[in-house]
Amino acid sequence: MFKAKVYVTTKANVLDPQGAAVQRALHTMGYGAVEDVRIGKYLEFVLETNDRAQAEADLKKMCEQILSNPVVEDYRYELED
Amino acid sequence: MKVAVLVFPGSNCDFDCVHAVEETMTDGAVERVWHTTEDLTGYDLIIVPGGFSYGDYLRSGAIARFAPVMNAVAKAAEAGVYVLGICNGFQILTEAGLLPGVLRRNTGMKFRCHSSMLRVARPDTAFTSEYKQDELINIPIAHGEGNYYCDDETLAKLQANGQIVFTYDDNPNGSLNDIAGIVNEKGNVLGMMPHPERAVSDLLGSSDGVRMFTSIMKAWRERHANVN
Repeated sequence: MFKAKVYVTTKANVLDPQGAAVQRALHTMGYGAVEDVRIGKYLEFVLETNDRAQAEADLKKMCEQILSNPVVEDYRYELED
Repeated sequence: MKVAVLVFPGSNCDFDCVHAVEETMTDGAVERVWHTTEDLTGYDLIIVPGGFSYGDYLRSGAIARFAPVMNAVAKAAEAGVYVLGICNGFQILTEAGLLPGVLRRNTGMKFRCHSSMLRVARPDTAFTSEYKQDELINIPIAHGEGNYYCDDETLAKLQANGQIVFTYDDNPNGSLNDIAGIVNEKGNVLGMMPHPERAVSDLLGSSDGVRMFTSIMKAWRERHANVN
């Protein structure tokens, strides 16, 4: 059994309106040092298998097929025992 | 002409689409089709309506794109059946890879719900033949994620192939090159953020959407005249 942690982020060259809105709020609050706010998604789930290679292959496919949209998003993952 | 209006959990423009077809397409027999349906054989037009399929969880259209009915939509699109994706329907078609690009959060972060003027960039498609080149038409929008985006290479392809069908006269959401609607290379799959089905009556603000439905009917009739 493995625990998967998946991070989905907006690609660096793509504007992130949510991040920009949060950055403006932080500036308004007086945190003027804040730059480049990006908002992403974090998912975690358990994979009921003992085959690490298979789990990783599946995880990669899940990320590419549904968990992220490759047009505007990047992903990375961690697989913990 | 048989028309299917797909219904996902969270679709909310399906009855409007049915109403628009009934009002505008004299040859149209329209049915609402649940998302678990696996066979769309026999339909001449498939409408993927607006709404918030699966609550727009993960990304707009990301989960609906894996509904059983979407394999049938891909097959129908391949076979040349007309597919019209409106608003959430457009988002679903891009997630499904039937149209290029993606619809992102509006740049102003605001859900924009108002009339919008569209420019008809391509009146030579099956969906727009009743409009004139560069005609301005009044079609309402209602979306929070209508900000069209694609990479430079894809944009160049869309331009070279003449796939950009509608542009906003006054860009409400940050869409790349004011893009409001695009068609696939073959010309039988169109996706657009504005709602033509909400513009079929002057009493309710505009009837400029009527000609989209009559255009499709005309294209279908012409196609059948050629076959027979």
